[in-house]
Amino acid sequence: MSASKRVFEMTLEIITFLAMFAALYAIFLYAPVEQTMGIVQKIFYIHLPAAFLAFLGFFITFIASILYLYKRDLKWDAAAFCSAEIGVIFCTIVLITGPIWAKPIWNVWWTWDPRLTTTLILWFVYIAYLMLRGVVKEHQRANFSAVFGIIGFVNVPITFLAIRLWRSIHPVLITSRGINISTPMKHTLALTFLAFCLLFFCLLKSRIRLEKMRMDTGMLSALVEEKFYSK
Amino acid sequence: MCLFAFLVLIIFSFAFGTGLKSFKGIIPGILWVAFIFSGLLGLSRSFGVERDKGTLPGLLLCPVSPWEIFLAKMIGTFIFTVIMEIFTLLVFTILYNQNFLPFLLPLGLVILLGTLGFSIIGTIFSAMSSTTSTRDVMLSILVFPIYVPVIIAAVKATGLILDGTSIQTIYAWLKILVAFDLVFLLLAYLTFGFIMEE
Repeated sequence: MSASKRVFEMTLEIITFLAMFAALYAIFLYAPVEQTMGIVQKIFYIHLPAAFLAFLGFFITFIASILYLYKRDLKWDAAAFCSAEIGVIFCTIVLITGPIWAKPIWNVWWTWDPRLTTTLILWFVYIAYLMLRGVVKEHQRANFSAVFGIIGFVNVPITFLAIRLWRSIHPVLITSRGINISTPMKHTLALTFLAFCLLFFCLLKSRIRLEKMRMDTGMLSALVEEKFYSK
Repeated sequence: MCLFAFLVLIIFSFAFGTGLKSFKGIIPGILWVAFIFSGLLGLSRSFGVERDKGTLPGLLLCPVSPWEIFLAKMIGTFIFTVIMEIFTLLVFTILYNQNFLPFLLPLGLVILLGTLGFSIIGTIFSAMSSTTSTRDVMLSILVFPIYVPVIIAAVKATGLILDGTSIQTIYAWLKILVAFDLVFLLLAYLTFGFIMEE
């Protein structure tokens, strides 16, 4: 990797580090405590950006999968894989922070709300994606996972529609979250959003670099094997 | 496959007891769980046998496109799954004294559409998972999350039909089933060639 690229990455990492600290400061010291929900509302600043980034991660997987099948360049496969992995991490954060917030506010850990249920199904789909990559043979991995990446994402709107229709027959417990937020809260949210986006791209970049290194060493060891052991 | 469906029904009667008051409410659930679990057994054989015997390269050498191979496999799975479902319905009628005859037409439509969706994604994923060592586990993990909309729509529609409501009320559910089938047929058409590459 060239020196300028490395400098750019280092700068990005340092900015992310500072932004994360600023976000923590804003969440716990700058933003006021919400009146009705109390301190637990602060988890919302992490929950919302994480949800957005989980969806973004899966969307990148979808696009990169299409590009891989179209261009047949393994770098797109690596991008799809790394993005799905990070998406699963953020999706897990969403699914953990959600119930922590919901228990004191809605008085239940979980409801079968369309958004919640779709997120859970999405998590299962991409866990399956990662598992599939782990078990298929090397030469088929890129193709299979690209096809599954596309199928999994296309299925999201259908799943959401079905779940919404399914729920509308049952009594709906929670219609809207109704969060009215003040200006300092908005600032905090914007800052955490920025910090989380930076974190996402930082993770994605280093993960893709790692994956490329893995591919390179795999190729090298194959070459070495061919050279020294095939005779 | 049929024997397994039979066993699922028996297990359900042990699990819930026979004197259940609200038994009517869980009929769609029992039926579809039996359909899906038994169907999954048939699915893994769709490509599994080809891989085991090494006949897949021969199939690929035939002068047909991957899409035609997909259609053939899918229709085969579909027919066997439907046979299993008819058998399950018959056994269900006998074991639980439930008469399906008055609802046969709408119920048949829902079952056919749901089974079509199941066969489409099942065939795609069977082709994928047959190459792995953890074949059956992988197949279930791949199929179930994707199959969620069909499970919801099929179970709900079956419940509404058994309640004796008119065809109009299940229209929204039928739309979801049809949309699912069409979208995944198209996706299979576009992507199955990539899966068949060796």
